[in-house]
Amino acid sequence: MKEKIESKLREKFPQAILEVTDFRGDLTFLVDKNSIVDICKFLKEDKELSFDLLVDLCGVDRAKRKDRFEVVYHITSLKNKFRIRLKVRVDEKDCVVDSVTSVYPTANWHERETYDMFGITFRNHPDLRRMYMPEEFEYYPLRKDFPLIGIPGSLSLPKK
Amino acid sequence: MGLESKLGPSFITTTIDAVVSWARKNSLWPMPLGISCCAIEMMAAADPRFDIARFGSEVMRFTPRQCDLLIVAGTVTYKMAKVVRKIYDQMPEPKWVISMGACASSGGMFRSYSVVQGIDQFVPVDVYVAGCPPRPENLLNAILEIQKKVGKTSVLEFDDKPMIELPVINERKN
Repeated sequence: MKEKIESKLREKFPQAILEVTDFRGDLTFLVDKNSIVDICKFLKEDKELSFDLLVDLCGVDRAKRKDRFEVVYHITSLKNKFRIRLKVRVDEKDCVVDSVTSVYPTANWHERETYDMFGITFRNHPDLRRMYMPEEFEYYPLRKDFPLIGIPGSLSLPKK
Repeated sequence: MGLESKLGPSFITTTIDAVVSWARKNSLWPMPLGISCCAIEMMAAADPRFDIARFGSEVMRFTPRQCDLLIVAGTVTYKMAKVVRKIYDQMPEPKWVISMGACASSGGMFRSYSVVQGIDQFVPVDVYVAGCPPRPENLLNAILEIQKKVGKTSVLEFDDKPMIELPVINERKN
């Protein structure tokens, strides 16, 4: 199964597959951020692979490393009982990734959460509002440079 | 006393304040605002083993408009703070507040950007209950403390406090 996925992806997207890692049976593809929607679409619609379920979508802040943010997609093929992970690296200056909601509707809230916590914007998202924090909040709490206790005065309280 | 001896054995003389505060303190109606695990202990306080009814506070009403004791039992986030305050504002005067547990009193173990570090920043608190979560006995003790406080009140203290006009919150922008 692993070889088949890798060869199919490499054949279809020769430029976009940047790195393949296989750690203790977990197959991970680091892919180019501009082709993430096409790759997801291919993996979902290919009859043999049929990765039909997006299990999770989240962000990672890699602090001072090059390409600060990472968006991670966990997708599953219910037919083949197989899971893979896709990763996309995003630079802080150009914090935009294409939304995969057109392929996986589940991604809607996951992308909203990632936007809320990391400030990564998703292009073509139907309703990109904050998920947990109040809408007037100006910071992104899961970024490494955000203090744990928060920024005093950034969240309003009702008057006593 | 002179007057009582004239009126017979069925009469006593006392002050209005004493009667009203006695009635008030022995029938506190709590508004159970259970927003995390403390709520489980609050429910346990109402069960037959601990029996909050012994102190006249068993009538938990789920509408703030019928309550005079707010029990904030759980972690209050900044987003929830507006809701807690609105519930407090909806309660008619006179009213009292118990801050139950470490989270409500000080943020507890959640020293975090999203959790209010003590609800006394936005509502006046009468009794803080220690514990994480507090035992039901501890909550009963808090109610006894509130009763002591209510027993000392005077009728005129709450005479001309108008109900607050409540603003509409949580209107979606789009």
